[in-house]
Amino acid sequence: MAVISYREALRAAMREELKRDENVVIMGEEVAQFNGAYKVTEGLLKEFGPKRIVDTPISEAGFIGLGIGASMLGIRPVMELMFWSFSYVAFDQVVNNAGNIRYMSGGLINCPIVIRGPANGGTNVGATHSHTPEAILASHPGIKVVCPATPYDAKGLMKAAIRDNDPVYVMENTILYNDKGEVPDDDYIVPIGVADIKREGTDLTIVAHGRAVITSLKAAEILEKEHGVSVEVVDLRSIRPLDEETIIASVRKTHRALLVEENKPFCGVDAQIAYLIQSRAFDELDAPIGRVSSIDAPQMYSKKMEDLQLPYPARVVAAALKVLA
Amino acid sequence: MAKNAVITHPESLKRPAGPSEYAKDPANASLTKADKIALYTKMARVRHFEQRCIRIYQQGKIGGFLHLYVGQEAVAAGTISLLGKFDHLITGYRDHAHGLLVGMSMKECMAELTGKVTGCSKGKGGSMHYFAPDKNYWGGHGIVGGQVPLGTGLAYAVKYRGQKGSCLTFMGDGAINQGAVHEAYNLAALWDLPVIFVIENNGYSMGTSQERSTAHPGCLAKRAEGYNMTWDVVNGHDVYEVRAKTAIALKRAHEESKPTVLEIFTYRYFGHSMSDPDKTYRDKEEVKGYRETKDPVFLFEKELLDEGVLTKALVESINAAAMEEADAAAVFADESPEPTVADITKHIYWEEDNRGPKTTSRGTIIFE
Ligand SMILES: Cc1ncc(C[n+]2csc(CCOP(=O)(O)OP(=O)(O)O)c2C)c(N)n1
Ligand SMILES: [Mg+2]
Repeated sequence: MAVISYREALRAAMREELKRDENVVIMGEEVAQFNGAYKVTEGLLKEFGPKRIVDTPISEAGFIGLGIGASMLGIRPVMELMFWSFSYVAFDQVVNNAGNIRYMSGGLINCPIVIRGPANGGTNVGATHSHTPEAILASHPGIKVVCPATPYDAKGLMKAAIRDNDPVYVMENTILYNDKGEVPDDDYIVPIGVADIKREGTDLTIVAHGRAVITSLKAAEILEKEHGVSVEVVDLRSIRPLDEETIIASVRKTHRALLVEENKPFCGVDAQIAYLIQSRAFDELDAPIGRVSSIDAPQMYSKKMEDLQLPYPARVVAAALKVLA
Repeated sequence: MAKNAVITHPESLKRPAGPSEYAKDPANASLTKADKIALYTKMARVRHFEQRCIRIYQQGKIGGFLHLYVGQEAVAAGTISLLGKFDHLITGYRDHAHGLLVGMSMKECMAELTGKVTGCSKGKGGSMHYFAPDKNYWGGHGIVGGQVPLGTGLAYAVKYRGQKGSCLTFMGDGAINQGAVHEAYNLAALWDLPVIFVIENNGYSMGTSQERSTAHPGCLAKRAEGYNMTWDVVNGHDVYEVRAKTAIALKRAHEESKPTVLEIFTYRYFGHSMSDPDKTYRDKEEVKGYRETKDPVFLFEKELLDEGVLTKALVESINAAAMEEADAAAVFADESPEPTVADITKHIYWEEDNRGPKTTSRGTIIFE
């Protein structure tokens, strides 16, 4: 078991899958010669050559559409979006073509594409570059969406995504790229659609995904030390499919739930989770479900304010204490 | 009108019906008598299928949109007749002809229109979304221009595999103003992809003439020059010419792995879709003119009669058989069962439809 970064974990997943399956191709802006805008694909061109690692022009609709077309014929393209925010110029391809082709063809055509890249705020780049479209995309049947929070999950989910026969959209986080963690050297996958209990506890369940998991773990630490509260943190890892059982089992144990995400509140992922909990565990709840999202505004540029716009440990602690009151 | 030189319809379009100057082109000289009869039969089948659709639509049995191909038959018939094992095709929503011409049955095509479970897409696609990947036909796409990057990707996959193939990527004259088309053009030229972009220029995008939609109208193919791609214009009323020029583009794709833009001039006789009353944007006289002097099916029929390939009797029996086939398809579409409520949630995910011991994905994927 090696300690490597989230970025290295993603790269290791792609390297292993490139070696395992000659149909895997990495494609995107600056992924090859430039070594990746965020260096996730660093060194891959050198190792695998230009047929497998392909620089594209700045044409998200064009190259994502091309990847979808190629995937229909059995190529397994792993397309990098420099930011998931840029998927919006390729929305028709991402949603209409990748998401609908299997359905509209009555199951005749598959689209085994992976689209990956960072989807997060908090990097001081303004509203256009800070979108978190996991809820928007996961609301489309036909699409799978995963959001790894740790290096272990980043590698395992990326490998699972590449082997998956459906379109899988992997939402990473630039702030996590340097986070380190233990990652096995051997071949493993993290099954898509299985949540992970990142911390066990008995008094409160926090459900989170992506970097909100890390924020929630910090909050849980504070809650334990300063308030003597035992918090369980459920990391969704996958938005669609959604591991409802793990969420419900945790709520049945703690009887209180706080939902934390970096999305904006309206129709966020947590709106779906809140519906789920009330519909399946209403009688188990000892308090109304709590929620922490980004403050509802386009992403703020000014650094200090942007940090306050996103969920941060003290806000999570305060919201937790309200649910526990 | 643009100030620059405008490419008008090719000279050959203006000539009265007569022997095609492309009859002896290598692409056509190799055709046997049987090949020619088969090609004519295919065009007649498309026409009778579409005309049968009108009746079913008027009976209220076809929902949503219905875009007919009548008048444009030589475009799909000519291009598709040249395709081989590694040649693929994809088009927009005016997609019935392409399906029939790759060998889909009238029955599965008709049943798709009436939303039956026996339809080619099991009643999930409708008129605009035919698919037959086993015949290299990748649809059938409802978003104008959205299929063009996909076709480019199919060509990319063919090249990646080292196959001598191509992807014919059809679009309308309206589609060429979509950004996705230009992005695909650039990628195809940049990466030397064996794709043939076929612009089926029928003069109108819905009710908007080219003059009203397109800067520098009348030379849509010429935009290829901006991407350093070879292009040509084609008289789409002459199936021999369509074949001759497509053959050159296919050779370029197969031998050099280079893209081509072919602008094929054609005309649709009916409204944009069945819901278009066709009264506000073009003259009845214009439609009449095309029908009477440039009809691709009749022109080819006349050509083959003159060549002595067809006889009046054969023409009659071919058309009668096509009509009968369309009638039988209509009955089949009528009598076929509807999909069930359980079918609504099938074919969304491969994983869900193929659950088994090897399934790794878990969790709820279809929500209540
Ligand atoms: C993105 C998008 N915009 C608008 C439409 C509505 N629409 C469908 S067909 C059409 C006209 C397209 O004309 P053209 O490309 O010339 O093809 P034709 O119908 O003549 O075959 C329009 C505007 C659509 N389906 N998709
Ligand atoms: Mg048109």
